[in-house]
Amino acid sequence: MNQFRVNIISFVIVLVGIVYLSKLFFIQIIDSSYKLEAANNAVQRVIEYPYRGVIRDRNDQIMVANVPVFDLMVIPKKLKIEGNVEILCQKLEITTFDFYARLDAAKKYSRLKPSVFFEQMSDIKFASIQDLLSDFPGFYIQARTVRTYPASTGANVLGYLGEISKERIELVGKNNYNAGDYIGISGIEEYYEKELRGIRGVKYVMVDVRGVEKGKFKSGLYDTASIPGRDVKLSLDQDLQRYAEKLMKNKIGSIVAIEPATGEVLAFVSAPTYDPNIMVGENFSKNYAMLVRDSLKPLFNRALMAMYPPGSVFKTINGLYALQNKLIDTNTSLPCTRNIIPCHGKHSSANFRTSIQFSCNPYYWKVYSIILGKNKTGNMFRDCKINYDHWRAHVLKFGIGQKTGIDLPNEKRGIMPSSAYYDKIYGANRWAFSTIYSLGIGQGELSITPVQMANVACILANRGYYIAPHIIKAVGKDTSSIANIYKQKNENDVNRKYYNTMVNGMEAVVRSGTGFLARSSEVIACGKTGTVENPHGADHSVFIGFAPRDNPKIAIAVVVENSGFGAEWAAPIAGLIFSKYLQYKLEKNWIENYILERDFIRNPAKPKQKT
Amino acid sequence: MSTQNQYLRTSTQIDWVTVLLFMFLVIWGWLNIFAAVYDPELQQNIFDFDLKSGKQLVWIVMAVILAAFILMIDFRFFESFSYFIYMVFLGLLLVVLVTGKVVAGSKSWLGIGTLGIQPSEFIKFATALALSNYLSAPNIKLENINTLIRASLLFILPATLILLQNDTGSTLVFSAFIIVLYREGLNPIPIVLGIICAFLFIITLLIDKYLLVSIFAVVAAGIILFYKPIRKKWANILLITFIAVFVSGFVFSVNFIVNNVLQPHQQNRIKALINPDADPLGFGWNVTQSKIAIGSGGFLGKGFLEGTQTKFDFVPEQHTDFIFCTIGEEWGWLGSTVLIGTFITLFLRLLYMAERQKSKFARVYGYCVLSIMFFHFLVNIGMTIGLFPVIGIPLPFFSYGGSSLWGFTILLFIFINLDAHRMHILGQ
Repeated sequence: MNQFRVNIISFVIVLVGIVYLSKLFFIQIIDSSYKLEAANNAVQRVIEYPYRGVIRDRNDQIMVANVPVFDLMVIPKKLKIEGNVEILCQKLEITTFDFYARLDAAKKYSRLKPSVFFEQMSDIKFASIQDLLSDFPGFYIQARTVRTYPASTGANVLGYLGEISKERIELVGKNNYNAGDYIGISGIEEYYEKELRGIRGVKYVMVDVRGVEKGKFKSGLYDTASIPGRDVKLSLDQDLQRYAEKLMKNKIGSIVAIEPATGEVLAFVSAPTYDPNIMVGENFSKNYAMLVRDSLKPLFNRALMAMYPPGSVFKTINGLYALQNKLIDTNTSLPCTRNIIPCHGKHSSANFRTSIQFSCNPYYWKVYSIILGKNKTGNMFRDCKINYDHWRAHVLKFGIGQKTGIDLPNEKRGIMPSSAYYDKIYGANRWAFSTIYSLGIGQGELSITPVQMANVACILANRGYYIAPHIIKAVGKDTSSIANIYKQKNENDVNRKYYNTMVNGMEAVVRSGTGFLARSSEVIACGKTGTVENPHGADHSVFIGFAPRDNPKIAIAVVVENSGFGAEWAAPIAGLIFSKYLQYKLEKNWIENYILERDFIRNPAKPKQKT
Repeated sequence: MSTQNQYLRTSTQIDWVTVLLFMFLVIWGWLNIFAAVYDPELQQNIFDFDLKSGKQLVWIVMAVILAAFILMIDFRFFESFSYFIYMVFLGLLLVVLVTGKVVAGSKSWLGIGTLGIQPSEFIKFATALALSNYLSAPNIKLENINTLIRASLLFILPATLILLQNDTGSTLVFSAFIIVLYREGLNPIPIVLGIICAFLFIITLLIDKYLLVSIFAVVAAGIILFYKPIRKKWANILLITFIAVFVSGFVFSVNFIVNNVLQPHQQNRIKALINPDADPLGFGWNVTQSKIAIGSGGFLGKGFLEGTQTKFDFVPEQHTDFIFCTIGEEWGWLGSTVLIGTFITLFLRLLYMAERQKSKFARVYGYCVLSIMFFHFLVNIGMTIGLFPVIGIPLPFFSYGGSSLWGFTILLFIFINLDAHRMHILGQ
């Protein structure tokens, strides 16, 4: 029995040997096709990079295009140095030490596979070394394209391209990217990477042992052509964008301008910004490092990611809530008692319209006490919680405390504290109006991003709805592929007549209130200023508004950090942008110079004495 | 008998045939690793530590020291400490699962500084020791289902841990222990059934599942309708129907598993085996290139360091799992025959040695050594010539890599030690 099993095992071992040797005999001796294939072997896979889509603005002006650059490639194995290395180094503007260091790095990667020796030469540099290269077999030139920005504008919103990281390749799949490929790292370039990048083509070519091309593999049966990326049309107005950036020069802050009826973003500025053209070509790493080190953080997209308490502009939302819930009416007049909360208005009492016009703090302090104090259960604390939740639901409908859904990566949602949050901080039933009254004037725990502020301006301009702000207008020629959230209206439950009341107040702000620097006799603009207290120096100057009053074409939010009153800086900047976009003149023609000349970076504003 | 005497006798009884076969394989393997990484335009030295061949030499020297050390250990140590060794390496496998680093998709490396070892290469001999110890206990009978289950658990447990590391190749190696169980009295019917299933599996991949099931149905119906003796008994009809239904179910589940459960790279390996020409540049690349390299070798080969396919990196993983390509290309059919012949000789020698053991522990261990190495040989060479799917396991003593070389060295030399002391065991 055992001997039988031992025999079986020996038999299997010998049988495997015989089968393998027979198979080898067949492929090594009988079948000659393998020898032939080996002779032709060296099917090389050549990747054809597609042309990255061009980005245009709403008027079909080119914002981002492609220019050719030249990578100097080297295959260490094939390299023969027959010319003068020093001259080559001179033309490349590198030291000979650097030359050999680069060569060693390439050898370390692979002796057989090509490595990039010198990245992204301009055509001028390429022309200067082209003749030298014949003395250096093993070097060759690979052309590719990089981005160029003809108007040098929109750096923060457009984003930039950079070499893909290893982790990212794992994440997005090896089929689409290789090490060394470029990918959109931020902004539109990142968000619409898939549309812009196109589809890579692959060519299989036969090469002999020396690497000389011997034609297509199987006559190109397996080749795929590269498909160029799709052009993208943005809703931005390049001229307006550039003008807005100019106004924000030497200031820290943001401008977001939106066409209220469509939600299309017209200008999107985060200041300080930088010239996007420095983030391409051979100086990329140097400039990138410089921007990262900059203490003013030009790479940080403030319009999208900075969060501020909204300040007085928030009074519009509270006012609408109080009107809709019949807590006040348009004639309600309240005394401007300044013992608890200061006021900048020159009045002793205010009605609804003048409360907006002069941004009366005590008025909204009182309104908020009415909102939270409404009797429901007889218990002040429990009432407050019920009323707070009801009020908060209303605020959320204004797009606050949630992402607007704008088509840019890494949007911040802001903070709209829930009642549970206060329960946690103060204990359940241990907080009421007197604890959180700052929310009544847009201060306190609340914080929102400039995009969200602009969105609120849109709701006011549209008298009751918004469409999620977006920068895309069309992909290719196709406008229908735009995501559905960029088409649907988000309504809220405030009656249109209260919006009209609010708009009247906002009109008065610009005509003869805190926004008077944005005034013009040609077009009626509406707005609301804000002066946001903050612990880091002077107040932030804030303005939201829209123009013209009827059928608004543009809604805006402007934030100028640490500069002073909303009336002083944000309002005139908004006025200038309205006048630029709608092509009219402001009443005070000195305003443009007044804004352009102010430099808050070298000459910071002094914090105001608190009264 | 004095201790002095024992050692004297030991040294004379070492099986030098096996040791010589081992040395031959290791040194030839080393030359081939140099050939696989060789670059004709650079002045390279086989001893250069920047090259894989230089590193492999260090590992070979250490393996020889390791082998000598193992031969010096008291032979009774291995049996006494077999469970302890097993537990230690199981523990290491667990540590790898938690803290290991991922190399080529598998989390099987235990890093110590810049060096790394793969515990999965060492668990093999540890499992072999534990299984041998278990099966050599008195009154163990593999006909007893509980015994069989316990014995199987000894190798299913490490296999599972390795599978969790996402190292399918090393997991499959543990199925080699079935050969050991067969030698020790396992009923062969399950094995035969397993082979039938494997056959069905391949058929399923080749033929459309509906067509295949229809064929089974027609055959079953035909037997029932036209074969009178069977029709006479209801039980027979039921049995045939049952078999037909079971086989059909198997076909569908294979289809489901291949398309839905296996990971894409595993699916591709199976598809490449069935029809490598379907996508010669995609999933069939390894097999196609490997066959071209081997096939171009001809009868005598192109000569040492002369293989063009080898030198130009056409075959991926050529110094590790696809090392056999270098033999095929540079040494031709003649060289392949010598290599395969050497392995077959080694296996038959191990079989002979195992059968001459007096202790059951040593015999079972000998079969474990044989089975593990044979499985590696079978799959590794099979995949390079397109007879097996591409399963990444090394060729014993031949492939580049410290862990695998040491693992096999320990595995083999424990047996050589046991064999050298076989006369010290009283017959059972």
